Amino acid sequence: MGAIKSHINTIILNESIMKHATAESIREATGADIDKCYQCGKCTAGCVLADNMDYPSSMIIRMLQTDDKENYKKVLSSEAIWLCQNCENCIGRCPKEVDIPKIMDYLRAESIKEGLVSPKAKSVLSFYRSFLDSVKMSGRLSELVMTIDFKLRTFHLWQDVKLVPSMLAKGKLKFIPESIKDTKGIKILFKKTITSK
Amino acid sequence: MWLQRNWDCNVILSKLIPYKVSNIMSRIGVFICHCGENISATVDCERVAKASSEMEGVEFATDYKYMCSDPGQTLIKTAIKEHHLDGVVVGSCSPRMHEATFRRACSEAGMNPYLCEIANLREHVSWVHEKCEATTNKAIEIVHGLVEKVKRNRPLDAIEVPVTKKALVIGGGIAGIQASLDIANCGQQVILIEKGPSIGGHMSQLSETFPTLDCSQCILTPRMVEVAQNPNITLYTYAELEKLEGFIGNFKATIRLQAKSVDDSKCTGCGLCTTKCPQNNIPSEFNEGLGTRTAIFTPFPQAVPNKPVIDKEHCKYYQKGKCKVCQKFCPTGAIEYDKPDEFITEDIGAVVVTTGFNVLKTEFFPEYGYGKYKDVINGLQFERLASASGPTLGEIRRPSDGQIPKKIVFIACCGSRDPAKGIPYCSKICCMYTAKHAMLYQHKVHDGDSTVFYMDVRAGGKNYEEFVRRAVEEDHVNYVRGRVARVYEKSGKLIVKGVDTLMGAKPVEIEADMVVLATAGVANKGAEELAQRMHISYDPYHFFTEAHPKLKPVETNTAGIFLAGACQAPKDIPETVASASGAAVKVVSLLSRPTLIREPLVAVVNRCAPPLFSTCVGCFMCQTICPYQAIEREEIKDRKTGKVLKVIARINPGLCQGCGTCVSFCRSKSIDIQGYTNEEMYAEVTALLNK
Amino acid sequence: MKIGFYPGCSLQGTAREYNESVKAVAEAFDIDLKEIEDWNCCGASAAHSVNKDLSLALPARILALAEKQGIDEVVVPCAACFNRLAVAQYELNEDAAKKAETENVIEMTFNNKVKIINVIQFIDKYIKDKIADKMTRKFEHKVVCYYGCLLIRPHKIIGFDRVEDPMSMDELMTTIGASSLDWGFKTECCGASLSIARTDLVAKLSGNIIKDATERGAEAIIVACPMCHSNLDMRRPQIDEYVGKEIPTPVIYITQAIGLAVGVAPEKLGLQRHFVKVNTL
Repeated sequence: MGAIKSHINTIILNESIMKHATAESIREATGADIDKCYQCGKCTAGCVLADNMDYPSSMIIRMLQTDDKENYKKVLSSEAIWLCQNCENCIGRCPKEVDIPKIMDYLRAESIKEGLVSPKAKSVLSFYRSFLDSVKMSGRLSELVMTIDFKLRTFHLWQDVKLVPSMLAKGKLKFIPESIKDTKGIKILFKKTITSK
Repeated sequence: MWLQRNWDCNVILSKLIPYKVSNIMSRIGVFICHCGENISATVDCERVAKASSEMEGVEFATDYKYMCSDPGQTLIKTAIKEHHLDGVVVGSCSPRMHEATFRRACSEAGMNPYLCEIANLREHVSWVHEKCEATTNKAIEIVHGLVEKVKRNRPLDAIEVPVTKKALVIGGGIAGIQASLDIANCGQQVILIEKGPSIGGHMSQLSETFPTLDCSQCILTPRMVEVAQNPNITLYTYAELEKLEGFIGNFKATIRLQAKSVDDSKCTGCGLCTTKCPQNNIPSEFNEGLGTRTAIFTPFPQAVPNKPVIDKEHCKYYQKGKCKVCQKFCPTGAIEYDKPDEFITEDIGAVVVTTGFNVLKTEFFPEYGYGKYKDVINGLQFERLASASGPTLGEIRRPSDGQIPKKIVFIACCGSRDPAKGIPYCSKICCMYTAKHAMLYQHKVHDGDSTVFYMDVRAGGKNYEEFVRRAVEEDHVNYVRGRVARVYEKSGKLIVKGVDTLMGAKPVEIEADMVVLATAGVANKGAEELAQRMHISYDPYHFFTEAHPKLKPVETNTAGIFLAGACQAPKDIPETVASASGAAVKVVSLLSRPTLIREPLVAVVNRCAPPLFSTCVGCFMCQTICPYQAIEREEIKDRKTGKVLKVIARINPGLCQGCGTCVSFCRSKSIDIQGYTNEEMYAEVTALLNK
Repeated sequence: MKIGFYPGCSLQGTAREYNESVKAVAEAFDIDLKEIEDWNCCGASAAHSVNKDLSLALPARILALAEKQGIDEVVVPCAACFNRLAVAQYELNEDAAKKAETENVIEMTFNNKVKIINVIQFIDKYIKDKIADKMTRKFEHKVVCYYGCLLIRPHKIIGFDRVEDPMSMDELMTTIGASSLDWGFKTECCGASLSIARTDLVAKLSGNIIKDATERGAEAIIVACPMCHSNLDMRRPQIDEYVGKEIPTPVIYITQAIGLAVGVAPEKLGLQRHFVKVNTL
């Protein structure tokens, strides 16, 4: 069980745990308070992907609560944060209303920033990047552009190729990407947000 | 003009009662307490004492470490005698703590206790400011204000009020039963009222009690019978408190006796009517909806009184005008329809509130099915299943198909410790009764498999921890640490999605035959209205508030009204019984005094010499706004002819609570509060403003 | 009757039939859908998963455009777009500083008061009461209604229906004569945007949903989200592999079901565009 094997090393309680640095930075960035979590596990119990996660959601919160540098690194390098789909079932049931989806968004952004994205999650992040590349280009998603972009990023060249004929026949695949008029505005929008960081 | 008139009155009054008003004649003593370090850590007490000694009218000033202690009080008493003091200001903690202490000390030294005032240097100064000169200056200013007030204080005498030697206990559960018996056995009269048709409360619904696994009804019913037979207890069931007026020692309670449609004096309790009633599919409240009852019913066989009542909402006669079968069959002609509710009024000396609590129903939980799954039940429903007198005669069976469940899941903390659901508190008893339920299940279903999903196990009472370990170690109940995200039904089974946090947050899924939710303890329906009717405080969850959580756990902030049992907070039976006995002794101590001493800090309408008699013009605006109905009409008559010369307001010193509303309302400024007169207050405020 | 309309990217492409059925139903009930001009992509899962500011800016641009075009209420059939717009609106209303920042990014100011409703709210508000009059054929089938995640959660912000066991779609289906069954996966995630990157997980999650639905005897699954539809329909081969047998149960949009009940032709509702054949209805 991945979750247990990784915690053999002892956590040495040092000053940082007294300062609650991790909790503070998360609270500042997202408004979510990990100190509220009392580890009941209801989030994990209701998470449809918990079985597939290296660290399920309640475990991630616990690792953040320990304020330990090693644990924080493990969280940012985990596959779990990229599997999470923000279905919001966890916060819907959490008795302390800990905003786990918001924390996941934050951890994902931090993971990219620190260059710690798990290799297992490469395809997931590639998908998001391809999606946004397409939107940046024309203001709207072109499934064709996105798919090509995705295949170039991941080299899953033959994936879903079987679907193309039926998609075409059903009129669901557009060859000519739709574009909005204000593409300039979109480029500025992207520049001021994601590309500036 | 009116101010002139008021002052004229005071001049006249001061000629009638020898009284010192000028500064030169005052001999005030100022005593500044360090309160250990509570005050002295922030305030320079020595400087305050020195400054006080220089104030006009102050004869003696000193400071001391613990003024409330024995030597401290002796210091005050000695100073009063040696320096012939006629007023005392103590700079100390809040008057709510030690005003009574210091006033008693002054009284023992021969000085009227109402010539002693407390300057709050702790809650108003040292506890809210940093240590600096300004803080000490503030302390000095406050002392100065009170010195000026005390100069105008008049000696007052306490008011004596008679005490009605009868107690009212509201609620007939184990708390009410215990309190009633304890008070009655001290020789005092008790009226016990219970909303339902029988006393007994939730304890009568339980199968066995932890940690001894005593049969609940076996230990309860003898007490219930004792209540019925005790000559000092008057029991009214199907009764509710309609109104409560008056004050400590002198309450007047109006009680509504709901029409039972059965004449208790004729009914023998044979029960024939209940077997003949055609309306027999009404969900039984006593069985928490798992069984049925008839419209004319006794809730359970050991009910006290063991006489049925008719539930008007479900009775065919009351709803449609037909039937009347019970009347036809009753051998003693005890059925009487269409009687109105009766109202009785009783004079009461003290009230004990023992209205108990309730537990949430399964409908409250969206993630466990909104109450639509028949085999998801709450703890109280499980008690009914486990009870030998319950709907399944003590066998654990599924409500849906009557089968015996082979796999049962208990979910602890349902609703409790859950701010998202509006219940942040712990309900205290669920960990224990869940262990009990699991043990009972294992005892009854030997090949059964039980799992408890828990967060923490709270077993703090005597023998409680051992009891829970017994469940785990001897009865092999499966304890899994983690909560359950959801429960849904599939093909007659209940799918439980939980987690084992001790295994590194591993999801756990169980296909159960029955799920028991340990739901949160909540205040009873109608608790808020009852609290408002009695003018007692309650918290945001509608549990009644005790006067002080540690030092006054069975009193309320309303004098003469006491609390016991779960209406104050969720409790187990031992604590409930202990608190009931505690409340009982408070009641007995109150009722065993010949009279009650009340503080004289009440409002008074001024009187002066004829032909004015009083500046009051008799407009009675004060009467309309007095919250305690304490204002009466007084006719001033000519002594010879008996002719009514003037009608003015008179404040009943027995009812007045000294709130001061009439003082501010009175247009002619004819009312003043003893101990807080306008003159005293103006002097204090002026001194504070003039520094 | 006029109402603003935000189709979103999927309705132009893979969820084309959803677009067609929404338009057909609106037409049948004399509702004029005014599409927001020059609308952009809302960012869906991709934006909020990688950058917070981007995830607020893209929906903000759409809301600002709607306001400028005089639209005060907009129906958003795609559940993901609906969720992103509603959440962005809420967050920008709560944080004035963030709103000012975002207005700078999109180079437009706006009051942020446009009312955003999803397709079920739209039907409940403007169509539900008129269905009985226009009904030509009862939808007499046993169905399960699959709500997915984003129509209902986060409940505090969306404030629509109940968070567990919602009933709004079930009630609509009952109105058109269907028998809406109780089942255990109403609001469990289908796998969402893992469709391409982790098709195996979508097969598992959507597979569990289809399994429960069919085991309870459902003849069709009703959805109101193009992502859910795609995962349950387009990914059926992978689901069949996960479950271990071929499952023919079709998945249709709520607007298609209503369209059928009020006599709109199946082709107009795009039913032929589904991967899993819809001929049993």
